[in-house]
Amino acid sequence: MELVETSNHAETLNNSQSPRRLRSASWADPAFEWLTRVFAFVVFSLLVAILASLVVGSQVTLQKYGFSFIWSSDWDPVKERFGALVPIYGTIVTSLIAMLIGVPVSFGIALFLTELSPAWLKRPLGTAIELLAAIPSIIYGMWGLFVFAPLFQEHVQPALVNTLGAVPFFGALFAGPSIGIGMLTAGLILSIMVIPFIAAVMRDVFEIVPPMLKESAYGLGATTWEVVWRVVLPYTKVGVIGGVMLGLGRALGETMAVTFVIGNAHHLAVSLNAPGNSIASALANEFTEAVGDIYFSALIELGLILFLITTIVLALAKLLLMRLARREGTRT
Amino acid sequence: MSAVMQNPSAIHPGNRLYRSRKRVNVILLIVSGLAIAFGLFWLVWILGTLLYEGGNALAHATLYYQMTPPPGADGGLANAIAGSLVMVAAGTLLGTPIGVLAGTYLAEYGRHGWLAGATRFLNDVLLSAPSIVIGLFVYSVYVARVKHFSAWAGAFALALLVIPVVVRTTDDMLKLVPHTLREAAMALGCPSWKMIVFVTYRAARTGILTGILLAVARISGETAPLLFTALNNQFWSNNMNAPMANLPVVIFQFAMSPYEDWHRLAWGGAALITLAVLVLNILARALFRRTD
Repeated sequence: MELVETSNHAETLNNSQSPRRLRSASWADPAFEWLTRVFAFVVFSLLVAILASLVVGSQVTLQKYGFSFIWSSDWDPVKERFGALVPIYGTIVTSLIAMLIGVPVSFGIALFLTELSPAWLKRPLGTAIELLAAIPSIIYGMWGLFVFAPLFQEHVQPALVNTLGAVPFFGALFAGPSIGIGMLTAGLILSIMVIPFIAAVMRDVFEIVPPMLKESAYGLGATTWEVVWRVVLPYTKVGVIGGVMLGLGRALGETMAVTFVIGNAHHLAVSLNAPGNSIASALANEFTEAVGDIYFSALIELGLILFLITTIVLALAKLLLMRLARREGTRT
Repeated sequence: MSAVMQNPSAIHPGNRLYRSRKRVNVILLIVSGLAIAFGLFWLVWILGTLLYEGGNALAHATLYYQMTPPPGADGGLANAIAGSLVMVAAGTLLGTPIGVLAGTYLAEYGRHGWLAGATRFLNDVLLSAPSIVIGLFVYSVYVARVKHFSAWAGAFALALLVIPVVVRTTDDMLKLVPHTLREAAMALGCPSWKMIVFVTYRAARTGILTGILLAVARISGETAPLLFTALNNQFWSNNMNAPMANLPVVIFQFAMSPYEDWHRLAWGGAALITLAVLVLNILARALFRRTD
């Protein structure tokens, strides 16, 4: 506000000398402001527009099946019977595997980068981990299919089946033939892909911990691990959860890497070695080949479900990170 | 820790509690070192595979000037490379002005208003939204209306991925410009649009450019949004209103096929894309570091 008044004042002073310039400025200023406001509004309404277009596109199945679409495991394009249970299950299971591995590893990486790494190594190591996020997801998929899956099938899967597969109840998760591709492989590759996202957030929030807090703990004789576990982590809890949610949002929506290695089978299996399907890979594989209104509508409804889940997860992540930032703001 | 405070002898090296705390510390710090080794291991493995498998394909000159072949024949990726370049360029040119102007509103005009707050929030959600849904969106609002796949549709989908990245960096970078600079321009009688265009944009130039480069890096490897928009084309096409070949979709199609020749070309394309993306990323970082 102050700035605007000063400029008005300056313009009045200038008035007598060059009225022509003043006239051009008087419409240019609000015009520019409105231009930027319109584009901000475009960005603002984009999310709503996406949601609306998906709801409109999935009208046929929304009306035909209602909520039963979510828990039906049918997927029969020929008889035109559709349900989303198999892809939803596959999406959630692969993302959970990714989180199970990705979160502890990211924590270790953030711990190493903030507390242990010598100063000259911090930058190159941090950049290297960030480059993992720069590799396009199709590369992960291709590498997973041609390089990782065969090795995994030959060396790791039989061992898993023989050891963990023998445990009662829990063993059912690892039963079945090892064919290399399947939900476990997809989850493992997803875990590599989410590590850079989670690790970057964790590192950033660890760095905002006031040095005085850490130094007090060190002064009391705490070890590095105790400082991280009992001082840094409680202080940054909200931000760390935000980072994990951000990674989860990424994992849920990841398309190409999963499409290559999940097996694309519309089949509900307990075993993680079995091929399955995820929402994103069902879309990638079937959308261009779909015929008939109901099939199209079912696929778009899958997209709608995916969009709703990821938007909720990402919005929560953002809210948590904002809460940490706000607390940071009031403190200093 | 409380034991330390109550009993000074707790830090004596012979103390059992002290030893076990030390041991836990060392073990967990080693585990954290292993975690970073785990991350680097995959990076090296993936890049190594790409160099090994893709290097061969990249060395064939035919890759750069022949069209994508039918199964069993020899060919190159010329049409796909050109198509990718065209669509990435069009997507960037469409998305950047929108992103920069929206980011300008967030940082310069509506810093504390409701529209800016809400836009910033939704933009951050959009930043990580699944790209395949963006493809679905462009399909239903554009492709389904005009009834054909086209390079324009692909460019629109890519532009929608550029926007959130550019909005975010423009907003962040403009906010870093010191207020005194703006006040100095204002005091000289500069209208605020001139102040923004000639003073703050100039001050935040490298930061904004970094954001654009990162956005280009992101869309060059995106496959999912192109599947339902640009589709693919076996031949060279200059028509933006028709399906156009592009590297990511060609890689997807060729890698999923059973043919050896196609696999070799897919590896070549994969190496090419990764190389481009990594160079863009490193360039963006180098550029940004210079301003620090």
